[in-house]
Amino acid sequence: MSLHKNRVGDQPWVRRTLIGLAMALTVIFLVIPVVVIFTQALCAGWSTFAGNIMDEYTLHAIGLTLFVALLTVPLNLIFGTALAWSVTRFKFPGRKLLITLIDIPFAVSPVVAGLLYLLLYGRNGWLGGWLSTHDIQLMFAWPGIVMVTVFVTCPFVARELIPLMQQQGSEEEEAGVVLGASGWRIFRKITLPNIKWALIYGVILTNARAVGEFGAVSVVSGNVRGQTNTLPLHVELLYQDYNIVGAFASASLLAAIAILTLVAKAFVEWRQAKSELSAPETRGV
Amino acid sequence: MSITIQNINKNFGKFQALNDVSLDIPEGKLTALLGPSGSGKTTLLRIIAGLESSDAGKILFSGEDVSDLHVRDRNIGFVFQHYALFRHLTVAQNIAFGLESLPRKERPSKQEIAQRVEKLLEMIQLPQLADRYPSQLSGGQKQRVALARALATQPRILLLDEPFGALDAKVRKDLRRWLRALHDEYHFTSIFVTHDQEEALELSDQVVVMSQGKVEQVNSPAQLYARPDSRFVFDFLGHVNVLSGVVKSQKLVQGDAWVSLPGTKGDQEAQLYLRPHEVQLSRDPSTHARLPLRIQSISLIGSEVRLELTPEGWESQELWETGMSHAEFAQQNPTRGELWYAVPNVGHLFEADSHQPRSVDWDFQNAANASSM
Repeated sequence: MSLHKNRVGDQPWVRRTLIGLAMALTVIFLVIPVVVIFTQALCAGWSTFAGNIMDEYTLHAIGLTLFVALLTVPLNLIFGTALAWSVTRFKFPGRKLLITLIDIPFAVSPVVAGLLYLLLYGRNGWLGGWLSTHDIQLMFAWPGIVMVTVFVTCPFVARELIPLMQQQGSEEEEAGVVLGASGWRIFRKITLPNIKWALIYGVILTNARAVGEFGAVSVVSGNVRGQTNTLPLHVELLYQDYNIVGAFASASLLAAIAILTLVAKAFVEWRQAKSELSAPETRGV
Repeated sequence: MSITIQNINKNFGKFQALNDVSLDIPEGKLTALLGPSGSGKTTLLRIIAGLESSDAGKILFSGEDVSDLHVRDRNIGFVFQHYALFRHLTVAQNIAFGLESLPRKERPSKQEIAQRVEKLLEMIQLPQLADRYPSQLSGGQKQRVALARALATQPRILLLDEPFGALDAKVRKDLRRWLRALHDEYHFTSIFVTHDQEEALELSDQVVVMSQGKVEQVNSPAQLYARPDSRFVFDFLGHVNVLSGVVKSQKLVQGDAWVSLPGTKGDQEAQLYLRPHEVQLSRDPSTHARLPLRIQSISLIGSEVRLELTPEGWESQELWETGMSHAEFAQQNPTRGELWYAVPNVGHLFEADSHQPRSVDWDFQNAANASSM
C-alpha cells in the first residue's frame, strides 16, 4: 500500500474548483431562473396571480394541455410497451433498425416534426386532400396537437423498458408458459409486475414532455386563443401581448408541474433501486 | 411416459445445433444429457419441452406425436438453469401458479390449491418459507422451490436444465441425492442436462453423451465408463492416460516407452487409452510394458492416494494419473521426483483406421490382487 494521501486528480484545489464551478453554473442557469419565474408571477400580489390564472383563455389553455397529455400518455404507454416487448422478446429482421428508429424524435427538432405533419396532413398535404373531402380536420385542431405530441414523446416509455426487459430476460415468462398460463395471464402476473417501476418512470417523463412541448405544437396548432392554445403557447402569446405578469403566472404553472415531475421521478428512481436491490441474484447459495 | 425423439434437426442461422438426433427415453427413468457447452444438449431439452421448435423431425410422448402441441398443453415440468422463479410472487404463490393457470373446469378450489401447496412445501422440506420472496432464498432453496413449482401440476415428464450448475459443491451433493430419492418415489420420466460427468454418472439410469449436435453414445453409467465407444466419450468421461505411438512387431512404441500388443497389424499409428485405475505403479518395468514416469505430485486427500506423473523419455499431451490405496502407499513409499513404471492391466486401443476402440487384456500376473478389486 502506498502512503499517498490523495488519489490522482484529488488535490484539494482541483476538487474545490470543480465543485465550485458546478455549483455556480447550476445556480446561474437553473436555480435563479426558476426562482425568478415565481417571483415575477407573484410580484403583483396573490390576487393578481389568481386573476391571471382564472382568466378565461388561460383556463382553456390549461384544460387543453391536460386533455392532450391525457390522450398522449396512454397511447405512448401502449405503444412503448408493445414496442419494447417485440424487440426484446422476438428476433426478426429489422429489429436493430427498429431500436434505432425509436430515437428519431430525440434526434429531430420538434419544429421539423411539426412541419412534417403539416406537410402530410395539412389542407394541401399529401393526405390532407383526402381528409378534407371527408370533412376530417386534423391540423390546426386538437387531433393535430395530440399527433405531434405523441410523436415527440414516443421514445420515453420504450427507452425505459428495453434495457430492463433485456436484462431480465424471458426465462420467467417461459416458466409461465410451461406452467400452462395464457399470454394475458403471463403479462399481467409476471411481466407487468417486473416492469412496473420502469413503466411509471416512462409515464412521468412522457407526461412532463407532453405538457411542456412547444415547437411541434406551435406549428400545427394555429395558436387560436381559446381553441388551440396550449399552456406553453399561451405563455408566449401573453408575453407578446406585453402581459409580462400574466405570462409568468402561466409559466409558473409549468414550472410547478416540472418540479412535481422531478419529485415523482426521484421517488420512482428510489423505488426502482430498491426493487433492483432485492431482485434475486442468479448465482450463489 | 416414454419419450421418442426422431431425426431432430435444428439450425441457428448457420450454426447447426442438432444434427439428425434420434433417441429413446424410457418411461420412469432418469436420463442425463451430457456434453460440453455447444453440444446441443440444452437445445434438445428445449425442443422436447416445446420452448424451441425443431427444423425437422418429431417428438413423441408415449407414441403420440406432440411436435405441433403447444408448450402450454404438453403438461411437462421444467426446471430452468437459473430457476426463473417469479420474483414478485411469494414461494407459495410461485408453487401455486401452475394450478391457478389450469382452465376453470380442471382448476382445483382455493382450499385444495392451498393444501396441495402445503404438501409440496413439506416435500421440499421448506414449509416455513411459504411467505418469503425468491430474493430471500439461498440457491439451494430456490432450486427446491423451482422443483416444487414444476411438480405442482403432476406432470408425467420432468425436464431439468443444468439443475445444479449454479450451486456450490456441498449443496449440489445434497440436492443430487434428494432429487434421486424424489425420482425413485414418484417415478416420472426425467431428463436433465449437465456438463458435469460425475453428476451424470452418479445420478442417472441412462446417459446420453452429446457432442457437436450429435449423439455420441447412449448407455448405462457403468457401461459408459467401462466401454466408451469413441475417443470423444473416453476423453470426456474422467481422466484418461494416453500412449500414442506407432505399432511395430506387435508393440506400440514411442521413444523409450512401449507396450506389447499381441495380434496387432504393424506399421500403423495407434493410441492406447488407460483409465487411472487400469494402471498400477511398479519400481521395475513388467514383461508386457515399459512406461517410465517421474512422479510430479502426490495428493493424499481422499479414499485413495492420487499421483500425477510426467513421461520420461517419451511424450504425452497431458500428465498421467493413477491411484493407490493408502496401505500400499505406506508400504511402497513413493516420493516426488522418483522414477517409476506404469503397468497396465487392461486398456483400450484406437487403431488408425477405426473409430471404435478394441479392448486389450494383458495376462495379469497378480490374479489375487485383481480379484480383490
